[in-house]
Amino acid sequence: MTAEEYARIQKILGRDPNITELGIFSVMWSEHCSYKSSKVHLKRLPTRGKLVVQGPGENAGVVDIGDGLVAAFKIESHNHPSYVEPFQGAATGVGGILRDIFTMGARPLAVLDSLRFGEISAGSKTTEEEAKANRRILDGVIRGVANYGNCFGVPTIGGEVSFEPCYSQNPLVNALALGLARKEQIFLAKAKGAGNPVIYVGAKTGRDGIHGASLLASAEFTEESQQKRPNVQVGDPFVEKLLLEACIEAMRTGAVVAIQDMGAAGLTCSTMEMASRGGTGIEIELAKVPQRETGMTPYEIMLSESQERMLLVAESGHEREVLGVFRKWGLDAVVIGEVRDGELAVVKNHGAVAAEIPAHPLAEEGPVFNRPIAMPAPRVESEKDWFQFAPEGTDLTTNFLKLLASPAIASKRWITEQYDTSVRTNTLAGPGASDAAVVRIKESEKNGVMKALALATDGNGRWCQLNPKLGAMHAVAEAARNVATSGARPIAATNCLNFGSPEKPEVMWQFSQAIDGIGEACLALGTPVTGGNVSFYNETLGRSIYPTPVIGVLGVLDDASRVVKIAFRNAEDVIVVLDGAGSSVGHSEPSEESLFSSRAKEFSSSEYAKTVGHIVAGEPPTLDLQAEKRLIDCLVALAADGILSSAHDISDGGLSVTVAESCFASSSVGGQRGALGAKLGFDNASPAEFAIFGERGARCVVSVVAAKLAALRAIARQYGVAAKEIGQVTQDPRLRIEYKGSAMIDSPVEALRDVWANLLERLISRTGA
Amino acid sequence: MKFGVVVFPGSNCDHDAFYAIGKILKKSVEFIWHQSEDLAGCDAMILPGGFSYGDYLRTGAIARFSPVMKSVEKFAKSGGMVLGICNGFQILCETGLLPGAMMRNSGLRFICRHVHIRVAETDTPFTCAATKGQILKIPIAHGDGNYNVDETTLAELEKNRQVIFHYTNPEGTADAAGNPNGSMHNIAGVCNRERNVMGLMPHPERAVESALDSSDGLVLFRSMVGSLIGSAKATA
Repeated sequence: MTAEEYARIQKILGRDPNITELGIFSVMWSEHCSYKSSKVHLKRLPTRGKLVVQGPGENAGVVDIGDGLVAAFKIESHNHPSYVEPFQGAATGVGGILRDIFTMGARPLAVLDSLRFGEISAGSKTTEEEAKANRRILDGVIRGVANYGNCFGVPTIGGEVSFEPCYSQNPLVNALALGLARKEQIFLAKAKGAGNPVIYVGAKTGRDGIHGASLLASAEFTEESQQKRPNVQVGDPFVEKLLLEACIEAMRTGAVVAIQDMGAAGLTCSTMEMASRGGTGIEIELAKVPQRETGMTPYEIMLSESQERMLLVAESGHEREVLGVFRKWGLDAVVIGEVRDGELAVVKNHGAVAAEIPAHPLAEEGPVFNRPIAMPAPRVESEKDWFQFAPEGTDLTTNFLKLLASPAIASKRWITEQYDTSVRTNTLAGPGASDAAVVRIKESEKNGVMKALALATDGNGRWCQLNPKLGAMHAVAEAARNVATSGARPIAATNCLNFGSPEKPEVMWQFSQAIDGIGEACLALGTPVTGGNVSFYNETLGRSIYPTPVIGVLGVLDDASRVVKIAFRNAEDVIVVLDGAGSSVGHSEPSEESLFSSRAKEFSSSEYAKTVGHIVAGEPPTLDLQAEKRLIDCLVALAADGILSSAHDISDGGLSVTVAESCFASSSVGGQRGALGAKLGFDNASPAEFAIFGERGARCVVSVVAAKLAALRAIARQYGVAAKEIGQVTQDPRLRIEYKGSAMIDSPVEALRDVWANLLERLISRTGA
Repeated sequence: MKFGVVVFPGSNCDHDAFYAIGKILKKSVEFIWHQSEDLAGCDAMILPGGFSYGDYLRTGAIARFSPVMKSVEKFAKSGGMVLGICNGFQILCETGLLPGAMMRNSGLRFICRHVHIRVAETDTPFTCAATKGQILKIPIAHGDGNYNVDETTLAELEKNRQVIFHYTNPEGTADAAGNPNGSMHNIAGVCNRERNVMGLMPHPERAVESALDSSDGLVLFRSMVGSLIGSAKATA
């Protein structure tokens, strides 16, 4: 806390704070809770839309999905705790975001996890020791996510995992949860009605997690950070499951006025925010708080971040109904205070005043920083720093195998099989089945037709490092494109902004640029931001991570049976590249010379350049938001008419990886024995590697039965999207890609699948985690 | 005809079983709270999957002491049909209604994926609508599904044809590759001697619609419905 902040406290209180009050102010005004460095920038994000029921500022964003139903969703980081203690850090990250969802009255439908780790195999920039440490973090995080979600009973069905050296001592664990509620049954965290009882429910309060999320996440790591392990909270998914059932049941009694979970800054944050949002005062008695340990001071009780706790305000006179529900589920539920007129929050301990603070100024008038911003010196690069394309006619199969075996591209099956993906029997597309995770909504059923929700997360840190604004726009575009590829119409977004120290002007520049990019892309694609979180101080020993905004986009599919998956389904289907930019597979540009160097520059940021050429340079691919929008609208229309056999967008690894994955997935199609193959042939002006491994957006590979090709062309034309036939699905399980008449890639699908499917398992089991 | 689905604190597949029976089979179904000793006149009981009481001690170890289990035991001993799925199977082993015990999966990790199981016996009320040797594609989702019994019991199980399902590869061979969790003899499900109590680790209630990738689990529920109709006729 700075001297200036202390002076502000004196002004609010009209006196010096006592130690408990100081503790309360310090957590409420921590970066994590107050958004003091990000607030001024977050204002620039588009947050309104006709489907937005609740924008940023509540426990989760809420959007209208029709039929009187709403979806609540939000993504949140748990990076710092997950580095200090991977299992519990990740587990409580999932627990926290689930609570945010059911606090709104929504039953969780699905969880997605966006994870970033350091490199897990030794290489030029990573020692074996480091790789091993990263594998250990990966293993702990996966077990933590799995343990919590599986026991709680929510399917974990998507997200992404990628690897860069910069995440070595600062993994990113971003958890997204989605829930469903009836529109009129949404609950908010606004205390109301003087005299209404304030009820504490759930797990007992202990000394664990004091200064956990709030302070761990508000400072960078040093060599002593491992000693912060006791600050990490410990999760109990079983209690959370009981809490979910009890809260939903209690809400149905009609006696719950307001409810807020105790997450970061625990009892402090929940009491102060509920009072502040409701414009009321509040009084609580700490002696009544269920405690796991004896002799806890008011400071400890107020700042504990023990998990699986909730605070709610009940209708006076009906508290018995509420308490009865919690008793039924075997949970502690105690009236610890009441709502008061005025704006004063009074915390008593055995009758003596321990803290007395006006709630609104505490929650809303914290410091707001407009931190200095400085653009870093521009990178000076020339052609020699960029990727050198292989001479024309080179066989690229070997490089393709290398690419398929890179951890970023390789199958994540080893990870996702540890997650329960099918509990609650709503999962229409689990991990890897479609570009987005898709769950049906049983409650929306009408005449046998159900709606479905599609969700995708995306964020390319490498691209954001090279160009934060463009990289952030790509994250939005790809997440929205993934949702549309599954057939759903993207309607809203949530974001998790992972950055280095805000005290560094260069980091604030990255942050500001990324916000501009997200804002522009969300506006263009019609996906307002409904919430999310900011995670600063992602640095260890002074080294920042790549700026990594992670975007989650939600979409609605009006007829769940129309969900589109990535798997090729029938031999002889025609393979078509849809390109929102209007031109064919490549892109025409003026002169051959400038074309080559601009290709090299853009290609240097690709996964292929990183894996095969060991180059990270240049710029992210150019992005045309209007082209993305055209492609999205076109994909949604194609799905609605049931035209596509499969669809898979072109992203990491380019066209070749896209087609290979559609082949791999084909073996799981009902009745299919073994995989299908594909034979492609096309040409344009670009170098072969650019054409088949380039990662330009606004493109999607689809397959259709020949009889529907004309219909596909008609719809594509209507939306201004180019549709270029590039080949055919084959019964012969072989992938052959010809470019300008010669085979660039030619291999049995099984040989490709082998390196792709088992990499993670091999890495972990060979060396242990 | 009425099915009962027991709800323990921590059950999380209770709604899935309820939906499969109520919406897909369109049969009457009711939740039975773990503290209730009244089975509400149900004709068949399902112990669903999940983590009853958190399963912190040993899977199913606490659930067996719950009031509802007293009634379920009585119900089973009087010939009532009881199906335990996943955690339900673990609970049935703990109560002694079924032989055997579960260890951690041999890979020491939770596994969720579709597996293939082969129907070994069809003279049970849970498999009478299936054909012997039929291969079902059904998901598993568990961390402790490594089924074990001592040699004597195993011999008895085999003699009495109490092993009802084996894990197999997609072609129906009970080999090591088809065994997801290390279960002895690839055992995926067993019944009691009287054949009215069965437990299995895979989740048939998650495989009742083609939209969920498989409807192979339906045959179990159809068998149960058929058996209940049959026994109703027999008593009439």
